[in-house]
Amino acid sequence: MGTIRTIQTDELVNVVKEMCIKANHFLAPDMDRAMKDALESERSPLGKQILSQLQDNLRIAGEEMIPICQDTGMAVLFVEIGQDVHFEGMLLEDALNEGVRRGYAEGFLRKSVVSDPLLRVNTKDNTPAIIHYFMVAGDKVKITFAPKGFGSENMSRVFMLKPAEGEEGVKKAILTAVDDAGPNACPPMVIGVGVGGDFEKAAIMAKQALTREVGERSPLPHIAKMEEEMLSKINQLGIGPGGLGGTTTALAVNINTYPTHIAGLPVAINICCHVNRHITEVI
Amino acid sequence: MNKSIQLPITAEVASKLHAGDYVYLNGVMYVARDAAHKRMIESLEREEGLPIDIENATIYYMGPSPAREGKPIGSAGPTTASRMDKYAPTLLDLGQKAMIGKGKRTKEVLDAIVRNKAVYFAAIGGAGALLSKCIKESEVVCYDDLGAEAIRKLRVEDFPVIVVADCEGNNLYETAVKEFRTIS
Repeated sequence: MGTIRTIQTDELVNVVKEMCIKANHFLAPDMDRAMKDALESERSPLGKQILSQLQDNLRIAGEEMIPICQDTGMAVLFVEIGQDVHFEGMLLEDALNEGVRRGYAEGFLRKSVVSDPLLRVNTKDNTPAIIHYFMVAGDKVKITFAPKGFGSENMSRVFMLKPAEGEEGVKKAILTAVDDAGPNACPPMVIGVGVGGDFEKAAIMAKQALTREVGERSPLPHIAKMEEEMLSKINQLGIGPGGLGGTTTALAVNINTYPTHIAGLPVAINICCHVNRHITEVI
Repeated sequence: MNKSIQLPITAEVASKLHAGDYVYLNGVMYVARDAAHKRMIESLEREEGLPIDIENATIYYMGPSPAREGKPIGSAGPTTASRMDKYAPTLLDLGQKAMIGKGKRTKEVLDAIVRNKAVYFAAIGGAGALLSKCIKESEVVCYDDLGAEAIRKLRVEDFPVIVVADCEGNNLYETAVKEFRTIS
């Protein structure tokens, strides 16, 4: 057993605050590169024009500190806690939410959260965040912040397939979800897929897959092959930048998997727009 | 074809627009999202009228991020238009001429566009920083309590949009995608 390391929760508050501001003004290098590559390869003139304007948009966002997109998202946090860590100060969850609260206030980010899904009163500070905790080995805390806009979130799907539907069923589910999303999801999209687990595990994997670097393939050869095949098929759908036709509908398809039940084949497809924001810090 | 249009837009001007036209808008437009639309329709149901002049109006479906000091508005790109589909035909029948958003519309909205010689423009989704530069003035007109969802009046210059649905029933989302689709 390792020595216990104490982390002050104030430090987490500051780290989360800074991540909120940075992620909403600067695309991660992998996404930035993918958007530049798309501008080169797009074959539709209108699609090319839109991708070129999105380059201008990114430049203005960074230079003038105007959020890349006005939907600065619901704050999603993946928190990996080394089991040799002890927190001192606030309750961990309160510290993470305080970081979000300060980040969204100080960063002039939009507050897009309502306290009750039916009564719909804005909480005015973009909290609560959606937080996924994972206990891991070690004495570090790794936080990934991935604010999620809802234009694309609303087009996401979960399919509970039969095992007999197999690989073809999974591919059909992915293609169906992307085709239905069309212009609503602000293409070019990034597609996060979770296959296996159960109902909620599939959905969480799909969200986590969106935080994987664009261009990085699954370590499983059969899944890596499916990622490449699906990206190629999605780009044959013709949806294109802005949904106004073209050859760049998706920038990446990232598939995560997990063991599942003998009776099931859950597939979750979490769609993200081209403003696929993700940032990771290790404390 | 690139065109420059002065707002408010008349039926005569709107009826000359075709799906696929690239248009720069200049003048005054209103901003409203779901919550504001819901209130406007409720207000009509109570026979209290509308808080904006709907005749020839352009409504931009958008909820901005907060403005930094010295700027009229924050990031200001379009939101998904389909969430306003329930309310749009009523407003179009009352005289609204243009909608700006992103994404597909229902048949009811497309029919109302044809019936009223109106137009549906798409702005580039996710280009909120770029579009904010075309917004020169912004003021909250009503429903201030809705925060980012309040109704605003904007003055825009060379605000870039693309005609998606025109009054002849053309829909760029369908035609343009077909052109590049190589899979069934």
